[in-house]
Amino acid sequence: MATMSLGKALNAGLRRAMERDPKVVLMGEDIGRLGGVFRVTDGLLRDFGDHRVIDTPLAESGVVGTAVGLAMRGFRPVCEIQFDGFVYPAFDQIVSQVAKFRFRNEGRVAMPVTIRVPYGGGIGAVEHHSESPEAYFAHTAGLRVVTPSNAADGHRMIQQAIASDDPVVFFEPKRRYWEKGEVDDGAPVSGVPLHRGEVVVEGSDVTVVAYGPLVATALDAARIGEEEGTSIEVIDLRSLSPLDFETVEESVRKTGRLVVAHEAPVFCGLGAEIAARVSERCFYHLESPVRRVGGFATPYPPSRLERHYLPDADRILAEVDRCLLG
Amino acid sequence: MATAQVRVPEQSLTGWSGFDGLVQLISVDGQRTLGCPYWDLVADVGAPQLRDLYTDMVVVRRLDAEAMALQRQGELALWAPLLGQEAAQVGSARALRPDDFVFPSYREHGVAYCRGVDPVAMLRLWRGTGLSGWDPAAFGIATPAIVVGSQVLHATGYALGIALDGASSAALAYFGDGATSEGDVAEAFGFAASYTVPVVFFCQNNQWAISEPARLQSRASIAARGQGYGIPGIEVDGNDVLAVLAATRLALGRAYAGRGPTLIEAVTYRMGPHTTSDDPTRYRTRAEEEEWRAKDPLARLGALLRSEGLADDGFEACVDDAAEAAAAALRRGCLAMDDPEPDALFDHVYADPHLLLEDERAAYADYLAGFDEES
Repeated sequence: MATMSLGKALNAGLRRAMERDPKVVLMGEDIGRLGGVFRVTDGLLRDFGDHRVIDTPLAESGVVGTAVGLAMRGFRPVCEIQFDGFVYPAFDQIVSQVAKFRFRNEGRVAMPVTIRVPYGGGIGAVEHHSESPEAYFAHTAGLRVVTPSNAADGHRMIQQAIASDDPVVFFEPKRRYWEKGEVDDGAPVSGVPLHRGEVVVEGSDVTVVAYGPLVATALDAARIGEEEGTSIEVIDLRSLSPLDFETVEESVRKTGRLVVAHEAPVFCGLGAEIAARVSERCFYHLESPVRRVGGFATPYPPSRLERHYLPDADRILAEVDRCLLG
Repeated sequence: MATAQVRVPEQSLTGWSGFDGLVQLISVDGQRTLGCPYWDLVADVGAPQLRDLYTDMVVVRRLDAEAMALQRQGELALWAPLLGQEAAQVGSARALRPDDFVFPSYREHGVAYCRGVDPVAMLRLWRGTGLSGWDPAAFGIATPAIVVGSQVLHATGYALGIALDGASSAALAYFGDGATSEGDVAEAFGFAASYTVPVVFFCQNNQWAISEPARLQSRASIAARGQGYGIPGIEVDGNDVLAVLAATRLALGRAYAGRGPTLIEAVTYRMGPHTTSDDPTRYRTRAEEEEWRAKDPLARLGALLRSEGLADDGFEACVDDAAEAAAAALRRGCLAMDDPEPDALFDHVYADPHLLLEDERAAYADYLAGFDEES
């Protein structure tokens, strides 16, 4: 085991995937000589060469569209979209092509494309660098959408995403890139399925479901809650499509209360889907309405305002309190 | 017809340079044009090959007419006819090798035919029994792309893969004049030029993007557009099957030799509607249609064959018989096509089972089973 940051763990996971399969190629803007603006691909050009780590022109649709052709040729492309807000030029290729290719071709063509997207706020960035567009992709049939919250999961999940014969949109919580955890880089990829969520902290009063950057925030809330006498169970979804609803349902049946937290706007966010499914599947176990906490129905604000936009532990706890009041 | 100053690349395989303007080997009245250096590229095309090209064009036109009829009779939901574009499609497709890979748009029935795809399989998309109809790897041709221009990037990526593999084949992308306005086509030009990948960009400029004339997409020659990317462009008479064959061979030769992409603009005309849902009388004149009818690609090659004594009534009858047989088989195959079972809805969305989808599959099967119990 080694201690490494999420960014380094992703780098190590990419390296393992490239060592394992010579058909894995990385492509994106500034991923080669620079090693990516977040250095997630640092050193890979040097070690694998420019036929495996490909700096691309600045054209996101081009990156993903050429990845489709590479996949048809038998490659396993891993595209990096430099920032969340730059994924939209590639939206058509992702939603209309990558997602639909297998279905359109009745299973005769595989589309093993991984699209890495650093996402979320909290780094004081300019506009278009802090967004959480995951719901657009989770809404699209044919895609798998996942997001690790920590180094060990990042290391495992990036390798699983690349090995998957389905296209995976891989959201990386950019403000957690520098947070460290224990990673067993030498071990084979564990048997935890890519879609499986996890109960990170057990509790009995309220379930808080989070993913990506807000898992750490939810854990903070659980610690504060514990000091205040509230037992919070925290679930890290890890996968947004498919949703590991078994894990959520089991927890809600136990606690009877649910708060869903994400950075993306609440309206039509993942929280809406989870709330709907909880009401369908465990309505009579609920002691109070499902609460959601997330971004407002505004564009992402300037950085001096983002602390008001992004849910913090206190905003999560405020919703926990409302649940407890009934 | 606009003729731009488009040059054959100086490093072209046969070594000539400086040929300007529209490439044409057979004149509108079916005579061989003399002095065009592109003749060298089709020096091997003798009487049997000319007759084969003619037969291909007649057959694909007949298949196209049969599909139009099937749509009018309610057997197909829609059809996008290729009428008028037979030379552009057959000429380019017959330049390809089996190990090349084609990325068509949605009107390339003639190309798919030349790649060996069963025409009945082509109808699945238009009848609504599937979203495609064949195995791309088996025929070296992807299934139709309906989002115009999207497939041009796929061809570029495939060609990048060819280059990474160190292979010497090529990818060829078909797209129309309308698609040239799409960002994906511009991005494909940029990627292909930067990486020097073995791809041929084959634009069939059929003058109309539904109701929008080609001049709305571009005021300059489409072929000339490649030059800004460092991609040589060739403007070819798209109703001249030999010229198209020659130009495509030149472009493929450059690709095989590692010289990178070539842009071909085949100047042709969509003689029919955009699709069976379209009404061209709302946006173009009868006079324009008549002008292009005089440049009909089949009539042109037919006139050449006749004038050179390469075709007689017996040959014409044989070709017509082959076309009629193909059309009859298409009709039989179409009418025999069954609707898919409801469970097919849920197949092939994912390679590995997806929790949500499997729940929905089971729930819908239960729902349908309820009807069986009631009856």
